Amino acid sequence: MDLAEQIGPNTDTTGRRRAAGLLARATTGELQTAWDRLPAKPDVKPVRGPETGLVMVRGRIGGGGAPFNLGEATVTRATVLLASGTAGHAHALGTDKEKVRLAAVFDALWQESETRGFVETALLGVIEARIAAEDRQKAEETAATRVDFFTMVRGED
Amino acid sequence: MYVAVKGGEAAITNAHRLLADRRRGERSLPSVTIEQIVEQLGLAVDRVMAEASLYDRSLAALSVRQARGDLIEAIFLLRAYRTTLPRFGTSVPLDTTAMKIERRISATYKDLPGGQLLGPTFDYTHRLLDPSLLADGQVEEPMRKEASDEGVMRVSDILAHEGLIEPDGEFAEDHEAGDLTREPMEFPMSRDLRLQALARGDEGFLLALGYSTQRGYGRTHPFVGEIRIGEVEVELEVAELGFAVSLGRIRVTECQMVNQFKGSSKAPPQFTRGYGLVFGQSERKAMSMSLVDRALRAEELGEDITAPAQDEEFVISHSDNVQATGFVEHLKLPHYVDFQAELALVRRMRADIEAARNGGKDMQEAAE
Repeated sequence: MDLAEQIGPNTDTTGRRRAAGLLARATTGELQTAWDRLPAKPDVKPVRGPETGLVMVRGRIGGGGAPFNLGEATVTRATVLLASGTAGHAHALGTDKEKVRLAAVFDALWQESETRGFVETALLGVIEARIAAEDRQKAEETAATRVDFFTMVRGED
Repeated sequence: MYVAVKGGEAAITNAHRLLADRRRGERSLPSVTIEQIVEQLGLAVDRVMAEASLYDRSLAALSVRQARGDLIEAIFLLRAYRTTLPRFGTSVPLDTTAMKIERRISATYKDLPGGQLLGPTFDYTHRLLDPSLLADGQVEEPMRKEASDEGVMRVSDILAHEGLIEPDGEFAEDHEAGDLTREPMEFPMSRDLRLQALARGDEGFLLALGYSTQRGYGRTHPFVGEIRIGEVEVELEVAELGFAVSLGRIRVTECQMVNQFKGSSKAPPQFTRGYGLVFGQSERKAMSMSLVDRALRAEELGEDITAPAQDEEFVISHSDNVQATGFVEHLKLPHYVDFQAELALVRRMRADIEAARNGGKDMQEAAE
Protein backbone atom coordinates (compact mmCIF):
# COMPACT_ATOMS: atom_id res chain seq x y z
CA MET A 1 0.00 0.00 0.00
CA ASP A 2 1.50 3.32 -0.94
CA LEU A 3 1.61 6.30 1.35
CA ALA A 4 -1.15 8.13 -0.54
CA GLU A 5 -3.66 5.44 0.39
CA GLN A 6 -2.67 5.44 4.07
CA ILE A 7 -3.67 9.06 4.45
CA GLY A 8 -7.15 8.45 5.70
CA PRO A 9 -10.59 9.96 5.07
CA ASN A 10 -11.29 13.43 6.35
CA THR A 11 -14.33 14.52 8.34
CA ASP A 12 -15.43 17.84 6.77
CA THR A 13 -16.85 16.13 3.67
CA THR A 14 -19.09 18.83 2.20
CA GLY A 15 -16.54 21.61 2.44
CA ARG A 16 -13.72 19.47 1.14
CA ARG A 17 -15.85 18.22 -1.76
CA ARG A 18 -16.64 21.77 -2.75
CA ALA A 19 -12.98 22.79 -2.48
CA ALA A 20 -11.83 19.76 -4.50
CA GLY A 21 -14.43 20.43 -7.19
CA LEU A 22 -13.36 24.05 -7.53
CA LEU A 23 -9.65 23.17 -7.51
CA ALA A 24 -10.33 20.69 -10.36
CA ARG A 25 -11.77 23.56 -12.39
CA ALA A 26 -8.96 26.01 -11.59
CA THR A 27 -6.71 27.30 -14.35
CA THR A 28 -2.95 27.04 -13.93
CA GLY A 29 -2.87 30.84 -13.97
CA GLU A 30 -5.31 31.14 -11.06
CA LEU A 31 -3.32 28.63 -9.00
CA GLN A 32 0.01 30.26 -9.81
CA THR A 33 -1.29 33.74 -8.90
CA ALA A 34 -2.58 32.47 -5.56
CA TRP A 35 0.73 30.70 -4.90
CA ASP A 36 2.65 33.89 -5.69
CA ARG A 37 0.45 35.84 -3.29
CA LEU A 38 0.79 33.29 -0.50
CA PRO A 39 2.64 35.14 2.31
CA ALA A 40 4.56 32.15 3.71
CA LYS A 41 5.35 29.36 1.24
CA PRO A 42 5.00 25.96 2.93
CA ASP A 43 7.45 23.09 2.56
CA VAL A 44 5.78 20.60 0.25
CA LYS A 45 6.80 16.98 -0.13
CA PRO A 46 5.45 15.09 -3.16
CA VAL A 47 3.88 11.79 -2.11
CA ARG A 48 2.35 10.57 -5.35
CA GLY A 49 2.49 12.01 -8.82
CA PRO A 50 1.56 14.27 -10.37
CA GLU A 51 0.66 11.45 -12.75
CA THR A 52 -1.74 11.10 -15.65
CA GLY A 53 -4.08 8.18 -16.19
CA LEU A 54 -7.61 7.38 -17.27
CA VAL A 55 -11.02 7.29 -15.70
CA MET A 56 -13.74 5.26 -17.39
CA VAL A 57 -16.71 7.59 -17.69
CA ARG A 58 -20.09 5.94 -17.24
CA GLY A 59 -23.49 6.93 -18.54
CA ARG A 60 -26.88 5.44 -17.77
CA ILE A 61 -29.10 3.60 -20.25
CA GLY A 62 -31.98 5.90 -21.19
CA GLY A 63 -30.41 8.63 -19.04
CA GLY A 64 -31.47 7.16 -15.69
CA GLY A 65 -31.21 3.38 -16.03
CA ALA A 66 -28.40 0.88 -15.57
CA PRO A 67 -24.83 2.19 -15.94
CA PHE A 68 -22.77 1.53 -19.06
CA ASN A 69 -19.21 2.47 -20.00
CA LEU A 70 -19.27 5.47 -22.31
CA GLY A 71 -15.54 5.99 -22.81
CA GLU A 72 -12.47 7.14 -20.96
CA ALA A 73 -11.14 10.58 -20.06
CA THR A 74 -7.61 11.67 -19.17
CA VAL A 75 -7.22 12.54 -15.51
CA THR A 76 -4.18 13.82 -13.62
CA ARG A 77 -3.79 13.33 -9.88
CA ALA A 78 -1.31 14.32 -7.21
CA THR A 79 -0.84 13.89 -3.47
CA VAL A 80 1.44 16.11 -1.45
CA LEU A 81 2.38 16.37 2.23
CA LEU A 82 2.98 19.63 4.07
CA ALA A 83 5.66 19.85 6.75
CA SER A 84 2.80 20.03 9.28
CA GLY A 85 1.73 16.54 8.25
CA THR A 86 -1.39 17.60 6.36
CA ALA A 87 -1.92 15.74 3.10
CA GLY A 88 -3.43 17.35 0.02
CA HIS A 89 -5.04 15.42 -2.84
CA ALA A 90 -6.08 16.70 -6.24
CA HIS A 91 -7.68 15.13 -9.30
CA ALA A 92 -8.61 16.94 -12.50
CA LEU A 93 -9.54 16.14 -16.08
CA GLY A 94 -6.72 16.63 -18.55
CA THR A 95 -2.97 16.20 -18.49
CA ASP A 96 -1.74 19.39 -16.80
CA LYS A 97 0.61 18.10 -14.10
CA GLU A 98 1.76 21.45 -12.70
CA LYS A 99 -1.84 22.58 -12.28
CA VAL A 100 -2.78 19.44 -10.36
CA ARG A 101 0.35 19.56 -8.18
CA LEU A 102 -0.52 23.11 -7.16
CA ALA A 103 -4.16 22.11 -6.63
CA ALA A 104 -3.02 19.40 -4.21
CA VAL A 105 -0.93 21.96 -2.30
CA PHE A 106 -3.96 24.22 -1.97
CA ASP A 107 -6.16 21.29 -0.93
CA ALA A 108 -3.73 20.79 1.97
CA LEU A 109 -3.59 24.51 2.78
CA TRP A 110 -7.40 24.65 2.77
CA GLN A 111 -7.47 22.03 5.54
CA GLU A 112 -5.22 24.07 7.82
CA SER A 113 -7.12 26.65 9.86
CA GLU A 114 -4.43 29.36 9.44
CA THR A 115 -4.49 29.24 5.65
CA ARG A 116 -8.10 28.28 4.89
CA GLY A 117 -9.25 31.89 4.80
CA PHE A 118 -6.50 32.80 2.32
CA VAL A 119 -7.35 29.85 0.05
CA GLU A 120 -11.04 30.75 0.16
CA THR A 121 -10.63 34.40 -0.77
CA ALA A 122 -7.53 34.37 -2.97
CA LEU A 123 -8.37 31.22 -4.91
CA LEU A 124 -11.68 29.40 -4.40
CA GLY A 125 -13.71 32.62 -4.48
CA VAL A 126 -11.99 33.65 -7.70
CA ILE A 127 -12.64 30.29 -9.37
CA GLU A 128 -16.24 30.22 -8.18
CA ALA A 129 -16.90 33.71 -9.51
CA ARG A 130 -15.34 32.90 -12.89
CA ILE A 131 -17.38 29.70 -13.28
CA ALA A 132 -20.57 31.49 -12.28
CA ALA A 133 -19.90 34.24 -14.83
CA GLU A 134 -19.09 31.73 -17.60
CA ASP A 135 -22.17 29.64 -16.82
CA ARG A 136 -24.38 32.71 -16.75
CA GLN A 137 -23.05 33.96 -20.08
CA LYS A 138 -23.60 30.55 -21.72
CA ALA A 139 -27.08 30.24 -20.24
CA GLU A 140 -28.02 33.69 -21.52
CA GLU A 141 -26.61 33.03 -24.99
CA THR A 142 -28.57 29.78 -25.10
CA ALA A 143 -31.72 31.49 -23.80
CA ALA A 144 -31.55 33.93 -26.74
CA THR A 145 -32.00 30.93 -29.08
CA ARG A 146 -35.18 29.76 -27.33
CA VAL A 147 -38.10 29.44 -29.73
CA ASP A 148 -41.13 31.58 -28.81
CA PHE A 149 -43.99 29.92 -30.64
CA PHE A 150 -46.95 32.05 -31.62
CA THR A 151 -50.08 31.18 -33.54
CA MET A 152 -51.24 33.02 -36.63
CA VAL A 153 -55.03 33.27 -36.57
CA ARG A 154 -56.38 32.99 -40.11
CA GLY A 155 -59.98 33.27 -41.37
CA GLU A 156 -63.20 34.03 -39.49
CA ASP A 157 -63.70 30.84 -37.47
CA MET B 1 11.71 -22.06 -45.61
CA TYR B 2 11.38 -18.41 -44.59
CA VAL B 3 13.33 -15.79 -46.50
CA ALA B 4 13.42 -12.33 -44.93
CA VAL B 5 13.41 -9.56 -47.47
CA LYS B 6 15.18 -6.38 -46.46
CA GLY B 7 15.75 -3.06 -48.15
CA GLY B 8 12.78 -0.92 -47.14
CA GLU B 9 14.48 0.88 -44.28
CA ALA B 10 15.88 3.92 -46.09
CA ALA B 11 12.73 4.26 -48.18
CA ILE B 12 10.56 4.20 -45.03
CA THR B 13 12.68 6.79 -43.23
CA ASN B 14 12.58 9.10 -46.23
CA ALA B 15 8.84 8.55 -46.69
CA HIS B 16 8.21 9.61 -43.07
CA ARG B 17 10.41 12.67 -43.57
CA LEU B 18 8.41 13.51 -46.67
CA LEU B 19 5.17 13.01 -44.71
CA ALA B 20 6.38 15.49 -42.07
CA ASP B 21 7.12 17.99 -44.83
CA ARG B 22 3.72 17.60 -46.51
CA ARG B 23 2.01 17.79 -43.12
CA ARG B 24 3.65 21.14 -42.48
CA GLY B 25 2.74 22.35 -45.97
CA GLU B 26 3.80 25.69 -47.42
CA ARG B 27 6.36 27.14 -44.97
CA SER B 28 5.43 30.76 -45.64
CA LEU B 29 2.05 30.11 -44.00
CA PRO B 30 1.74 30.06 -40.22
CA SER B 31 1.51 26.64 -38.61
CA VAL B 32 -1.94 25.81 -37.21
CA THR B 33 -1.89 25.65 -33.40
CA ILE B 34 -3.52 23.10 -31.10
CA GLU B 35 -5.60 25.90 -29.55
CA GLN B 36 -6.82 26.94 -33.01
CA ILE B 37 -7.88 23.38 -33.82
CA VAL B 38 -9.70 23.07 -30.47
CA GLU B 39 -11.47 26.41 -30.94
CA GLN B 40 -12.14 26.50 -34.68
CA LEU B 41 -12.37 22.83 -35.71
CA GLY B 42 -14.07 21.77 -32.48
CA LEU B 43 -16.48 19.33 -34.09
CA ALA B 44 -13.61 17.41 -35.73
CA VAL B 45 -12.00 17.26 -32.29
CA ASP B 46 -15.30 16.00 -30.83
CA ARG B 47 -15.58 13.26 -33.42
CA VAL B 48 -12.04 12.09 -32.73
CA MET B 49 -12.69 11.97 -28.97
CA ALA B 50 -15.96 10.07 -29.41
CA GLU B 51 -14.61 7.40 -31.73
CA ALA B 52 -11.23 7.11 -30.01
CA SER B 53 -13.28 6.69 -26.81
CA LEU B 54 -11.01 9.15 -25.00
CA TYR B 55 -12.09 12.58 -23.81
CA ASP B 56 -9.20 15.03 -24.05
CA ARG B 57 -9.63 17.97 -26.39
CA SER B 58 -5.96 18.97 -26.56
CA LEU B 59 -4.74 15.45 -27.33
CA ALA B 60 -7.52 14.98 -29.89
CA ALA B 61 -6.48 18.25 -31.57
CA LEU B 62 -2.87 17.10 -31.57
CA SER B 63 -3.90 13.87 -33.27
CA VAL B 64 -5.94 15.80 -35.89
CA ARG B 65 -2.89 17.91 -36.62
CA GLN B 66 -0.53 14.93 -36.74
CA ALA B 67 -2.92 13.04 -39.04
CA ARG B 68 -3.18 15.99 -41.45
CA GLY B 69 -6.93 16.13 -40.85
CA ASP B 70 -7.50 12.43 -41.60
CA LEU B 71 -9.97 11.79 -38.79
CA ILE B 72 -9.81 8.00 -38.80
CA GLU B 73 -6.01 8.20 -38.62
CA ALA B 74 -6.41 10.70 -35.76
CA ILE B 75 -8.81 8.34 -33.96
CA PHE B 76 -6.26 5.54 -34.39
CA LEU B 77 -3.49 7.72 -32.88
CA LEU B 78 -5.59 8.67 -29.85
CA ARG B 79 -6.80 5.08 -29.35
CA ALA B 80 -3.16 3.93 -29.38
CA TYR B 81 -2.20 6.62 -26.87
CA ARG B 82 -4.88 5.54 -24.38
CA THR B 83 -3.32 2.09 -24.14
CA THR B 84 -0.19 3.69 -22.62
CA LEU B 85 -2.05 5.07 -19.59
CA PRO B 86 -3.08 3.30 -16.37
CA ARG B 87 -6.73 3.43 -15.35
CA PHE B 88 -7.36 5.20 -12.04
CA GLY B 89 -10.98 4.15 -11.73
CA THR B 90 -14.53 4.38 -12.96
CA SER B 91 -16.65 7.51 -12.69
CA VAL B 92 -19.96 7.88 -10.94
CA PRO B 93 -22.53 7.58 -13.80
CA LEU B 94 -23.12 10.97 -15.47
CA ASP B 95 -26.29 12.79 -14.48
CA THR B 96 -27.57 14.23 -17.75
CA THR B 97 -30.63 15.80 -16.07
CA ALA B 98 -28.17 18.18 -14.34
CA MET B 99 -26.59 19.12 -17.68
CA LYS B 100 -25.62 22.76 -18.34
CA ILE B 101 -27.75 22.92 -21.48
CA GLU B 102 -26.33 24.49 -24.66
CA ARG B 103 -28.95 23.04 -27.00
CA ARG B 104 -32.14 21.14 -26.35
CA ILE B 105 -34.86 20.30 -28.80
CA SER B 106 -37.82 17.96 -28.95
CA ALA B 107 -39.70 16.86 -32.05
CA THR B 108 -42.55 15.38 -30.02
CA TYR B 109 -43.65 18.27 -27.81
CA LYS B 110 -43.78 21.89 -28.91
CA ASP B 111 -44.22 23.46 -25.48
CA LEU B 112 -42.31 21.62 -22.82
CA PRO B 113 -40.61 22.63 -19.58
CA GLY B 114 -37.31 24.30 -20.44
CA GLY B 115 -38.44 25.07 -23.98
CA GLN B 116 -36.87 24.48 -27.36
CA LEU B 117 -33.34 25.85 -27.20
CA LEU B 118 -31.71 25.87 -30.62
CA GLY B 119 -28.15 26.66 -29.50
CA PRO B 120 -25.30 26.80 -32.03
CA THR B 121 -26.91 24.69 -34.78
CA PHE B 122 -26.41 24.23 -38.53
CA ASP B 123 -30.18 23.60 -38.79
CA TYR B 124 -32.08 26.28 -40.76
CA THR B 125 -28.88 27.59 -42.36
CA HIS B 126 -29.17 27.69 -46.14
CA ARG B 127 -26.05 25.65 -46.76
CA LEU B 128 -24.69 28.32 -49.08
CA LEU B 129 -20.94 28.84 -49.02
CA ASP B 130 -20.21 32.06 -47.16
CA PRO B 131 -17.67 34.18 -49.04
CA SER B 132 -17.20 36.40 -45.98
CA LEU B 133 -15.32 33.50 -44.36
CA LEU B 134 -12.67 33.77 -47.08
CA ALA B 135 -11.44 36.79 -45.20
CA ASP B 136 -10.84 37.05 -41.46
CA GLY B 137 -13.77 39.39 -40.76
CA GLN B 138 -15.24 40.51 -37.47
CA VAL B 139 -17.80 38.17 -35.94
CA GLU B 140 -20.68 39.57 -33.89
CA GLU B 141 -21.01 38.67 -30.23
CA PRO B 142 -23.96 36.34 -29.56
CA MET B 143 -27.28 37.79 -28.40
CA ARG B 144 -28.06 37.34 -24.73
CA LYS B 145 -31.37 37.01 -23.00
CA GLU B 146 -32.26 36.42 -19.40
CA ALA B 147 -32.15 32.70 -18.69
CA SER B 148 -35.09 31.13 -16.88
CA ASP B 149 -34.59 29.02 -13.78
CA GLU B 150 -37.14 26.54 -15.07
CA GLY B 151 -35.76 22.99 -15.02
CA VAL B 152 -35.18 21.29 -18.34
CA MET B 153 -37.35 18.22 -17.91
CA ARG B 154 -36.55 14.97 -19.66
CA VAL B 155 -39.16 14.25 -22.35
CA SER B 156 -39.34 10.57 -21.43
CA ASP B 157 -40.50 11.63 -17.93
CA ILE B 158 -43.50 13.44 -19.46
CA LEU B 159 -44.72 10.26 -21.18
CA ALA B 160 -43.77 8.17 -18.18
CA HIS B 161 -46.40 9.98 -16.08
CA GLU B 162 -49.06 8.41 -18.30
CA GLY B 163 -47.32 5.04 -18.31
CA LEU B 164 -47.17 5.15 -22.09
CA ILE B 165 -43.44 4.67 -22.38
CA GLU B 166 -41.11 1.96 -21.17
CA PRO B 167 -38.82 2.94 -18.27
CA ASP B 168 -35.05 3.55 -18.62
CA GLY B 169 -33.24 0.28 -19.28
CA GLU B 170 -32.49 -1.67 -16.10
CA PHE B 171 -30.65 -4.87 -15.30
CA ALA B 172 -30.75 -7.15 -12.29
CA GLU B 173 -29.16 -5.65 -9.14
CA ASP B 174 -26.00 -7.75 -9.40
CA HIS B 175 -25.31 -6.84 -13.06
CA GLU B 176 -21.92 -5.19 -13.41
CA ALA B 177 -21.53 -2.98 -16.51
CA GLY B 178 -19.40 -4.83 -19.06
CA ASP B 179 -16.28 -3.27 -20.53
CA LEU B 180 -15.18 -3.96 -24.10
CA THR B 181 -11.69 -2.68 -23.38
CA ARG B 182 -11.19 -5.38 -20.75
CA GLU B 183 -13.06 -8.46 -21.97
CA PRO B 184 -13.22 -10.05 -25.43
CA MET B 185 -16.48 -9.54 -27.31
CA GLU B 186 -19.05 -12.30 -27.06
CA PHE B 187 -22.45 -12.57 -28.68
CA PRO B 188 -25.23 -12.22 -27.74
CA MET B 189 -24.27 -9.08 -25.88
CA SER B 190 -26.07 -7.16 -23.13
CA ARG B 191 -27.37 -3.68 -23.95
CA ASP B 192 -24.74 -1.89 -21.81
CA LEU B 193 -21.92 -3.45 -23.84
CA ARG B 194 -23.70 -2.65 -27.10
CA LEU B 195 -24.04 0.99 -26.05
CA GLN B 196 -20.32 1.14 -25.25
CA ALA B 197 -19.53 -0.23 -28.71
CA LEU B 198 -21.99 2.15 -30.40
CA ALA B 199 -20.66 5.17 -28.48
CA ARG B 200 -17.22 4.57 -30.01
CA GLY B 201 -18.59 3.27 -33.33
CA ASP B 202 -17.95 4.94 -36.67
CA GLU B 203 -20.36 7.81 -37.28
CA GLY B 204 -20.71 7.06 -40.99
CA PHE B 205 -21.44 3.37 -40.39
CA LEU B 206 -24.05 4.08 -37.71
CA LEU B 207 -25.58 6.85 -39.82
CA ALA B 208 -26.01 4.47 -42.75
CA LEU B 209 -27.54 1.77 -40.52
CA GLY B 210 -29.87 4.27 -38.85
CA TYR B 211 -30.90 5.49 -42.29
CA SER B 212 -31.54 1.91 -43.42
CA THR B 213 -34.04 1.44 -40.57
CA GLN B 214 -35.91 4.56 -41.73
CA ARG B 215 -36.04 3.23 -45.27
CA GLY B 216 -37.76 0.04 -44.15
CA TYR B 217 -34.92 -2.34 -43.26
CA GLY B 218 -36.06 -3.03 -39.71
CA ARG B 219 -38.47 -0.14 -39.41
CA THR B 220 -38.90 1.25 -35.87
CA HIS B 221 -41.13 4.36 -36.38
CA PRO B 222 -38.87 6.79 -34.55
CA PHE B 223 -39.46 10.29 -33.17
CA VAL B 224 -36.80 12.44 -31.61
CA GLY B 225 -38.16 12.69 -28.09
CA GLU B 226 -35.27 14.91 -27.18
CA ILE B 227 -31.73 15.89 -28.05
CA ARG B 228 -29.66 17.75 -25.49
CA ILE B 229 -26.09 19.01 -25.69
CA GLY B 230 -24.14 20.51 -22.84
CA GLU B 231 -21.64 19.99 -20.08
CA VAL B 232 -21.98 17.45 -17.30
CA GLU B 233 -19.91 16.94 -14.19
CA VAL B 234 -17.64 13.87 -14.01
CA GLU B 235 -17.27 12.53 -10.47
CA LEU B 236 -14.87 9.93 -9.15
CA GLU B 237 -14.96 8.07 -5.83
CA VAL B 238 -11.55 8.69 -4.31
CA ALA B 239 -10.50 6.02 -1.82
CA GLU B 240 -8.11 8.36 0.01
CA LEU B 241 -10.91 10.85 0.63
CA GLY B 242 -13.77 8.43 1.16
CA PHE B 243 -16.19 10.37 -1.06
CA ALA B 244 -16.77 11.32 -4.70
CA VAL B 245 -15.07 14.46 -6.02
CA SER B 246 -15.72 16.36 -9.22
CA LEU B 247 -12.95 16.07 -11.82
CA GLY B 248 -14.40 18.82 -13.99
CA ARG B 249 -16.96 18.86 -16.78
CA ILE B 250 -17.19 17.24 -20.19
CA ARG B 251 -19.51 18.09 -23.07
CA VAL B 252 -21.81 15.32 -24.26
CA THR B 253 -24.72 14.91 -26.65
CA GLU B 254 -27.70 12.81 -25.59
CA CYS B 255 -30.55 11.58 -27.78
CA GLN B 256 -33.76 9.98 -26.59
CA MET B 257 -35.47 8.34 -29.54
CA VAL B 258 -39.09 7.38 -28.96
CA ASN B 259 -40.43 4.49 -31.01
CA GLN B 260 -43.86 3.09 -31.66
CA PHE B 261 -44.46 -0.42 -30.31
CA LYS B 262 -47.53 -2.52 -30.95
CA GLY B 263 -47.05 -4.57 -27.82
CA SER B 264 -46.36 -8.26 -27.34
CA SER B 265 -47.55 -11.12 -25.16
CA LYS B 266 -45.37 -9.66 -22.38
CA ALA B 267 -45.79 -5.90 -22.81
CA PRO B 268 -48.81 -3.68 -23.56
CA PRO B 269 -48.76 -1.24 -26.52
CA GLN B 270 -46.48 1.62 -25.52
CA PHE B 271 -43.58 3.65 -26.75
CA THR B 272 -40.17 2.05 -26.57
CA ARG B 273 -36.88 3.87 -26.66
CA GLY B 274 -33.47 3.98 -28.27
CA TYR B 275 -30.68 5.79 -26.46
CA GLY B 276 -27.67 7.68 -27.71
CA LEU B 277 -24.90 9.30 -25.67
CA VAL B 278 -21.73 10.62 -27.29
CA PHE B 279 -18.67 12.62 -26.22
CA GLY B 280 -18.70 16.18 -27.54
CA GLN B 281 -21.26 17.90 -29.75
CA SER B 282 -22.49 15.39 -32.30
CA GLU B 283 -26.22 15.00 -32.68
CA ARG B 284 -25.93 13.11 -35.98
CA LYS B 285 -23.96 10.44 -34.16
CA ALA B 286 -26.20 10.46 -31.07
CA MET B 287 -29.32 10.13 -33.26
CA SER B 288 -27.80 7.32 -35.33
CA MET B 289 -26.71 5.56 -32.15
CA SER B 290 -30.20 5.71 -30.68
CA LEU B 291 -31.78 4.38 -33.91
CA VAL B 292 -29.34 1.48 -33.99
CA ASP B 293 -29.70 0.83 -30.23
CA ARG B 294 -33.44 0.48 -30.74
CA ALA B 295 -33.08 -1.71 -33.84
CA LEU B 296 -30.73 -4.04 -31.94
CA ARG B 297 -33.38 -4.56 -29.26
CA ALA B 298 -35.52 -6.50 -31.76
CA GLU B 299 -35.05 -9.84 -30.05
CA GLU B 300 -35.69 -8.44 -26.56
CA LEU B 301 -38.98 -6.90 -27.81
CA GLY B 302 -40.05 -10.01 -29.73
CA GLU B 303 -39.70 -8.46 -33.20
CA ASP B 304 -38.66 -10.36 -36.34
CA ILE B 305 -34.99 -9.98 -37.21
CA THR B 306 -34.99 -9.28 -40.93
CA ALA B 307 -32.57 -6.40 -41.49
CA PRO B 308 -28.83 -5.70 -41.11
CA ALA B 309 -29.36 -3.02 -38.42
CA GLN B 310 -31.07 -5.64 -36.20
CA ASP B 311 -28.20 -8.12 -36.51
CA GLU B 312 -26.13 -7.57 -33.36
CA GLU B 313 -23.08 -9.53 -34.41
CA PHE B 314 -22.98 -7.87 -37.83
CA VAL B 315 -23.43 -4.34 -36.44
CA ILE B 316 -21.13 -4.51 -33.43
CA SER B 317 -18.36 -6.47 -35.19
CA HIS B 318 -18.13 -3.86 -37.94
CA SER B 319 -18.80 -0.61 -36.10
CA ASP B 320 -15.26 0.08 -34.92
CA ASN B 321 -13.38 2.05 -37.56
CA VAL B 322 -9.94 1.42 -36.04
CA GLN B 323 -10.45 -2.34 -36.37
CA ALA B 324 -12.02 -1.92 -39.79
CA THR B 325 -9.28 0.28 -41.19
CA GLY B 326 -6.62 -2.02 -39.76
CA PHE B 327 -7.99 -5.03 -41.58
CA VAL B 328 -8.84 -3.28 -44.83
CA GLU B 329 -5.56 -1.38 -44.97
CA HIS B 330 -3.40 -4.38 -44.13
CA LEU B 331 -4.15 -5.58 -47.67
CA LYS B 332 -1.65 -3.07 -49.03
CA LEU B 333 1.22 -4.55 -47.02
CA PRO B 334 3.52 -7.06 -48.78
CA HIS B 335 1.70 -10.28 -49.62
CA TYR B 336 4.38 -11.40 -52.08
CA VAL B 337 4.61 -14.98 -50.87
CA ASP B 338 0.84 -15.47 -50.50
CA PHE B 339 0.38 -14.10 -53.97
CA GLN B 340 3.07 -16.37 -55.46
CA ALA B 341 1.25 -19.35 -53.95
CA GLU B 342 -2.08 -18.18 -55.41
CA LEU B 343 -0.44 -17.57 -58.77
CA ALA B 344 0.97 -21.08 -58.87
CA LEU B 345 -2.45 -22.46 -57.92
CA VAL B 346 -4.27 -20.55 -60.67
CA ARG B 347 -1.63 -21.68 -63.23
CA ARG B 348 -2.09 -25.31 -62.20
CA MET B 349 -5.90 -25.12 -62.36
CA ARG B 350 -5.65 -23.50 -65.76
CA ALA B 351 -3.26 -26.23 -66.97
CA ASP B 352 -5.59 -28.96 -65.66
CA ILE B 353 -8.58 -27.48 -67.48
CA GLU B 354 -6.62 -27.09 -70.69
CA ALA B 355 -5.32 -30.63 -70.44
CA ALA B 356 -8.87 -31.93 -69.91
CA ARG B 357 -10.13 -29.90 -72.86
CA ASN B 358 -7.32 -31.11 -75.13
CA GLY B 359 -7.91 -34.66 -73.97
CA GLY B 360 -11.59 -34.33 -74.92
CA LYS B 361 -10.63 -32.95 -78.34
CA ASP B 362 -8.27 -35.88 -78.95
CA MET B 363 -11.05 -38.32 -78.17
CA GLN B 364 -13.43 -36.51 -80.48
CA GLU B 365 -10.89 -36.59 -83.31
CA ALA B 366 -10.30 -40.26 -82.73
CA ALA B 367 -14.03 -40.95 -82.96
CA GLU B 368 -14.26 -39.14 -86.27
